[in-house]
Amino acid sequence: MLLALATLTPFLGAVVPLLTDRLGRDICALATGAVTLTALILVMSHAPAVYSGEVVTWSVPWVPAIGLSFSFFADGLGLFFAGLILGIGLLIILYARYYLSSKDSLSLLYFYLLLFQGAMVGIVLSDNILLLIVFWELTSLSSFLLIGYWRHLPESRQGARMALVVTGGGGLALIAGMLILGHIAGSYEITEILQRGEAVRSSPLFLPALCLILLGAFTKSAQFPFHFWLPHAMAAPTPVSAYLHSATMVKAGLFLMARLWPVFSPSEAWFLIVAPVGLITMLIAAWIALFRNDLKALLAYSTVSHLGLTTMLLGFATPMAVIAAVFHILNHATFKAALFMSAGIVDHETGTRDIRRLGGLMMLMPITATLTFIAAASMAGVPFFNGFLSKEMMLEEASHTAIGGHPWVIPFLVTLAALISAAYSYRLAISTFLGPVRDDYPKKPHDPPIGMRLPVAILAVLVIAIGIFPAQTAGAIVERTALAVVGEPLPKYYLALWHGFTPALLMSVIALVGGALLFWCYNAANQLRLVFASMDAKSVFDATISGLVRGARSAIEATHNGSFSRYAGIILVTIVIVGAAAFFDAPYGAGTRQVIPGTFPATAAWVVLGALCISLLFWHQNRLLSLIFTSGVGLIAALFFLQFSAPDLSLTQISVDIVTTILLLLALNLVPQTSPQETSTGGRFARGFVASAVGFGVAALAYAVMTRDFQSISDYHLAESKPGGGGTNVVNVILVDFRGFDTYGEIIVLGIAAITIFALLDNALRGAAARTLANIRSDRVQSVNAHPLILVVATRVLFPLALVVAAFVFLRGHNEPGGGFVSGLVVAIALIMQYIASGYNWAAERMRLDSHVLIGAGVLIAGLTGVVSLMFGWPFLTSTYTYVELPLVGEFEVASAMAFDLGVFLAVVGVVMLSLAQISRVEARAEPEAVPEGPMDVPLEDGQVVSSRSSRSSEGKES
Amino acid sequence: MELIVASAIGLMTAAGVYLILQQRTFPIVVGLTLLSYAINIFLFTSGRLVINEPPIITGANSYADPLPQALVLTAIVISFGMTALIVVLAIRGFLETATDRADLPEDDFPDETETGS
Repeated sequence: MLLALATLTPFLGAVVPLLTDRLGRDICALATGAVTLTALILVMSHAPAVYSGEVVTWSVPWVPAIGLSFSFFADGLGLFFAGLILGIGLLIILYARYYLSSKDSLSLLYFYLLLFQGAMVGIVLSDNILLLIVFWELTSLSSFLLIGYWRHLPESRQGARMALVVTGGGGLALIAGMLILGHIAGSYEITEILQRGEAVRSSPLFLPALCLILLGAFTKSAQFPFHFWLPHAMAAPTPVSAYLHSATMVKAGLFLMARLWPVFSPSEAWFLIVAPVGLITMLIAAWIALFRNDLKALLAYSTVSHLGLTTMLLGFATPMAVIAAVFHILNHATFKAALFMSAGIVDHETGTRDIRRLGGLMMLMPITATLTFIAAASMAGVPFFNGFLSKEMMLEEASHTAIGGHPWVIPFLVTLAALISAAYSYRLAISTFLGPVRDDYPKKPHDPPIGMRLPVAILAVLVIAIGIFPAQTAGAIVERTALAVVGEPLPKYYLALWHGFTPALLMSVIALVGGALLFWCYNAANQLRLVFASMDAKSVFDATISGLVRGARSAIEATHNGSFSRYAGIILVTIVIVGAAAFFDAPYGAGTRQVIPGTFPATAAWVVLGALCISLLFWHQNRLLSLIFTSGVGLIAALFFLQFSAPDLSLTQISVDIVTTILLLLALNLVPQTSPQETSTGGRFARGFVASAVGFGVAALAYAVMTRDFQSISDYHLAESKPGGGGTNVVNVILVDFRGFDTYGEIIVLGIAAITIFALLDNALRGAAARTLANIRSDRVQSVNAHPLILVVATRVLFPLALVVAAFVFLRGHNEPGGGFVSGLVVAIALIMQYIASGYNWAAERMRLDSHVLIGAGVLIAGLTGVVSLMFGWPFLTSTYTYVELPLVGEFEVASAMAFDLGVFLAVVGVVMLSLAQISRVEARAEPEAVPEGPMDVPLEDGQVVSSRSSRSSEGKES
Repeated sequence: MELIVASAIGLMTAAGVYLILQQRTFPIVVGLTLLSYAINIFLFTSGRLVINEPPIITGANSYADPLPQALVLTAIVISFGMTALIVVLAIRGFLETATDRADLPEDDFPDETETGS
């Protein structure tokens, strides 16, 4: 529990700096420090248990189906890293308080820093590898924010993006590798996987998993050839660089390699991949570092070099090498964080980080100089400083490791790398601080405030203390951590300053003396470097990225060019190809179902349909004509349903056909009446070809379906319709009872569509839309008699009749064809006819029912029907029925489903009215003539016949 | 009869697709309407063709499959809702831009963004 809390504390506490921002920088820094300290205490509360040999675990399932659990564990390794992350984090928070200028937001930096810290702690304490991946990705994201903190600087943004691309890309490989690992191990818990090393190594998928996981680790830890992102990430503020590149982010890769070491290291591939990569990285990065003039760039490449060193040690796959690696991680974190902060101090005080412009600072800032000397001596591997000890252990291991049968290759190259490393350490310290005092520093330097020196001083003290008394200070930590990595008892070893005259001592001496010589003839070495035309990794990266961007852009421009017909064409052609591929991939036999013989009426209907469709192709540019053809197709569809035993569908189809035609007619009033001929002959043929292919495919599919027998689940519905649902019209019973929930969802969707239509048109009468509308109005040729008297009279007489029909259709719906949908459409058509015949204004004034209310009431009533059945303890929307005796009508049944159908009815009326009336309302603006008062007009309630003209003019005033 | 129905579905689909591939909004809406007729009938035929056996309980031996009918009934109403929504989008687009082209104008695409170099 406390482990999970320790991980979550930085995440939860990330808001603390933002909240305390107004209280001043000191309070903000203190509060942020308190968050980190809390996490550190929570983690360290497990130290006694862990150091007595226990492994603390805590777990809750998260998504058990995929093996993801929210599980944490702390052993020596996890605790070691968590301590480093949080301990150095505290120092960085203190340092950043004084480093960041008042122009920059301190709280934002702290916010990012805490997010990053939480993600790092999550990585090192996760027990579940999927959870670990989540935190791994979080570090990539939060480090992107940190590196790009100075977002106004292009280098900063580019560095951040490069770090994200490289580590994020590696993260993808890691995900794949981890999934394979979890699959072959049969568990996603690290504690389990570590037990099953033998099984994992014998799997044929072992090598792919290893390579993918190493790809993730190498990109994160900036190993060759992915080393180039780290120096560019130095565009970040120095506290960020010090944190990310000494103790945390880049160590995540090392952590992962150490964590899975027992599983991977016994394999040959591990040694052959990891050790050479580490060695090459160590050597190349040291060589580049030597010639960097920017202090931070020098430190960045030296970090890469030291990461390579640690990687190589892990790659040696011996327990002694692991001990050296763990010890070096600890030592590197101390001296490198100190050096980064010193570089930040120099930058802060002199205004430059360029070694060529520095020198002589010893006199001006003696304390900083002393602290830097201590840390640099450790980096060079000078005795009495901690770097010497772990470097000597490394040399000792390297001295007896052979690769490919050559015993001298590794010792030679390692000594060379150590030599260069000593040289750049000398250069860093001596060129910056020694020499004559200059008078051309951009700023007048002096020692910084105590808050900036204190973190460096703490680390420098550690450097010396570990350097002189290694066993007493770091012994327990190194032992417990190495034990956790190796997973079995360690061989005998001594952390001590003096091991006697060993090969390692000789190599150390060569490195220190040779390094001094190399630094002494720096200029000659620099000439040598220029002989080798060095390839800048950044330009390769940039070329790759811009190549990818160009490729993506041309692919997008070819397909995603804003042309709707192209999108539709691509989708349709893909569907046809996939369908055809599936068809030709499988054997096909003709169907065996008995075919119904064709009849004359059916053939006649087919001929009419074909004529309509072909006419549509030729005359679709005349939009009114195309509308008439389409409604003809709809009528044939209604006949089709009638023929094939679906009277309900036929009723619905014919009503919807009418409503759709009215809708499109209304729409046609507002858009151009014809479509221009724009496509070339070739374009028309291509469209025709795609259309024919799709049509043929659908027809073939339909034919294949219809000529085969099938098993239906409808027997249940047919059997239960009467006894269970109380109705003989099975279709209606399915709609309102068996599948009532679906219908409920559908009327809600309809309601949403209608309200969207309302919203889209409600404000269409202003701005550009109003101007277009005005143009239409002036262009349009209008009928002399817009509202013919016969039509007006007929629709008004028919209106009550239509309502009676609707009531009849509704009531009988449960047993005979009919129901809420159809009767709702009938009522809506009857109402719409009034709008058409007498004009929008006339009808709108008399329409007392608000369509919004109708939709709302419909959905509400349908929902309440369901809730009522819940109250009786039945599932939602369970229906019941009873028989009622009425005089004259006789016995008839009342089902609770009828209330539900009433909801459907109301919603349908509301939806149709809202959409059509809303379009008519826009159109009413384009009506040139008000409706003349008709002889049948009934006076309105306030006693006067309001003429459309007056209401129109008042509406005109409003707008 | 099956062949007649299947080819009719194919005809409606082809005409609908041809109209959808046009460049103005109104033909596209009409094409969608046609296509939804075709698809509704196609879905309906998954219950196979049955004559004179409506699924209304009368004591007969067999009935047409009521389930596709129920699904298609709501599909018909929903396709009306969809058509209405699209036609209103088309109207609003025309009123706003004074053109009823379905394509995105060239200058609506964002400019090149900063690349890695």
